[in-house]
Amino acid sequence: MAASLAGNKPQELFESQKLALAYFAVAIILFGAQLVFGLIAAYQYINPDFLLDKIPFMTNRTLHVNAMIVWLLVGLMGGVYWFLPLETGREVVGIRLAKFIWWVIVAGVSVVILVYLFVQVGPGNAFTLWFINEGREYIEAPRWADIAIVAWVAVFLYNVIATALAARRITGLLGVLIFDLVALGALYTAGMHYTVNVTMDQYLWWWVVHLWVEATWEVLVGVLMGWSLMYLLGTPRKLIETWLFLEVALVFGTGILGLGHHYFWIGTPEYWIGLGGFFSALEPLPLVAMVVHALYDAGAHRLNTVNRPAVFWAIAQAFGNFIGAGVWGFMQTLPQINMYSHGTQLAAAHGHLAFFGAYLGTVLTLIYIAVQNARRPMQIPLDSKYWSWAFALMILGIIGIAGSFTISGFAQTMIERAELGSTWSAFIRSYTHPWYANTLGWRFLFAWVFVAGYLVLVYDLLTIGKRKEGYAA
Amino acid sequence: MDYSWIQIAVAAIFFSVVITLVLSRGYGWLSPTFWRNAAVVSSLIMTFILLWLTLDTADQVRPGSGRIPDWTVINYEIRLVWDGAKRRQVPAVGRETGFFGKKWTRQEAYDLINKGKMTLQSRNCMECHQILGNGAYYATDLTRAWLDPWWEERIMPLTGAKTREEAMMAWLKNPPAMPQGRRKMPNLHFSDEELKALIAFLKWMSAIDTNGFPPRFAVAQ
Repeated sequence: MAASLAGNKPQELFESQKLALAYFAVAIILFGAQLVFGLIAAYQYINPDFLLDKIPFMTNRTLHVNAMIVWLLVGLMGGVYWFLPLETGREVVGIRLAKFIWWVIVAGVSVVILVYLFVQVGPGNAFTLWFINEGREYIEAPRWADIAIVAWVAVFLYNVIATALAARRITGLLGVLIFDLVALGALYTAGMHYTVNVTMDQYLWWWVVHLWVEATWEVLVGVLMGWSLMYLLGTPRKLIETWLFLEVALVFGTGILGLGHHYFWIGTPEYWIGLGGFFSALEPLPLVAMVVHALYDAGAHRLNTVNRPAVFWAIAQAFGNFIGAGVWGFMQTLPQINMYSHGTQLAAAHGHLAFFGAYLGTVLTLIYIAVQNARRPMQIPLDSKYWSWAFALMILGIIGIAGSFTISGFAQTMIERAELGSTWSAFIRSYTHPWYANTLGWRFLFAWVFVAGYLVLVYDLLTIGKRKEGYAA
Repeated sequence: MDYSWIQIAVAAIFFSVVITLVLSRGYGWLSPTFWRNAAVVSSLIMTFILLWLTLDTADQVRPGSGRIPDWTVINYEIRLVWDGAKRRQVPAVGRETGFFGKKWTRQEAYDLINKGKMTLQSRNCMECHQILGNGAYYATDLTRAWLDPWWEERIMPLTGAKTREEAMMAWLKNPPAMPQGRRKMPNLHFSDEELKALIAFLKWMSAIDTNGFPPRFAVAQ
């Protein structure tokens, strides 16, 4: 498979791969939307009166976070549509249905965004939860959209399973993918309910939020990076699959009960403090394994690859995942520390760095692989003047953003929580303290660095590989 | 729960390792089969333990079960007291005070708190505030908002309200008119009925035993 994946003989794209290109295009557009709303929110920290009556912080933040979740999920699913026909050697079964539901989802996402932006909130009744906003961070999508998302994932799962069956081929990668997608789809339904008991509400809410981003998404990334490394470096399948199984054992072995680190303070019993602290302290282990794996593969091939931007993003992914999710997560996951740092800017530092490393790196790796194969004649190795600028600016930007959040997080933890007793007045005194307030301008500055990186990235994706002759070949 | 967290953690790891080793007899630890077995076994064991603990947790967090207050708690004074054995604050229910000048029956209190929870979600409170520590980080954590001394110290004199619930209602009617600190809360156009319900929800939530979070609440000012 490695030889055919490397595309030495350019061939027509499968219909499924054309659909993947549409997924990637929408992902990059939503990525831009995420940055616009993030910039506005960052500026509102500096000038709280900015757009207070038009687009308040809560609306910007909802759109910032939701655009991110959707574009990353779309990018990961696009990656599956890209590699699935290559893995099974045939067109994806049910591709017409897949295309149909995709355009329904695009229309649905557009409606949800417009409602978030222009309706924003509703009266306190079930109508609002069904049609405007469910008001639960990360999964604000109104209930009708939840149902559409479940239908979408069901079609996706059908595509994967039916294609594997039709090809009579179950590889280790496909087995893990199917196992993971069943869990991913089922877990989303845990968030589709209303209960007045806020403790039980949050208990199940974390089944979606944690068990997506810290378990099923990580495994999905493991599968996609496995395919990517086989394509980029020609890593043998047996090696990839052994590492993948090891990663699944560690991700699910630590991450499922690592869920307990969200159950320290929501009213749940005390045994979660011990269990959550213990298992989440082990959660960085699979991330270390992924770094070792990616570095070993890249080093064994002396970075000799068919696609330079993709391989650099793959390595950035491994490091970013370890540092953002692993180190920044571990830093505040033990209950002894978390009691003071939970719900401060430190959590935002972790969130920004972890999503960037774990998921943005993966999706950009996938997109560069797709872009290379979509252009004729195919450039090997794929290279350009610009991708390294986008790479450097975005990494510099996110380090600056997360660094600013980390410093304000430390200040908030110490001043609001440890020193002043967590009240309204303590909160105001922490965010007006120079140690906190001074970081806001730095964060905004680095946000612009990041946006500059995004603009270079978009230009590069539109132009790379279009030259007749390879740039560095 | 008859088992400590250490027993659960040790058992989870022990059974994952032993069952993997038994299933993988004859395969070296570097073979794909060994790690495939490890992946399947550890996922199933951890999932099983999570489901088992979920049943236990669901039982312990029923309103009125001890950790989560009964709905009628809104009729009483709520305080945080220091528990010397646990070395953290725990909520304590005091004398009967009524809520908005009335004693609410269990059903009335439930309906009110339920309406309050819907109002909380409909106004997307979590995208600035935290609820039980979770949410965005632009505004205060609402877990103990009902108990915040700021209502008595600042908002009651400002609004001229006689009770805490009336002060909260008066302030939330139009927060930008009485900004506190640099950051402003937008006017979310609550109706009186919604505000009464929302404040009941906040009062009920302030009596949840959160294992001492947020720390040292209102201990130092």
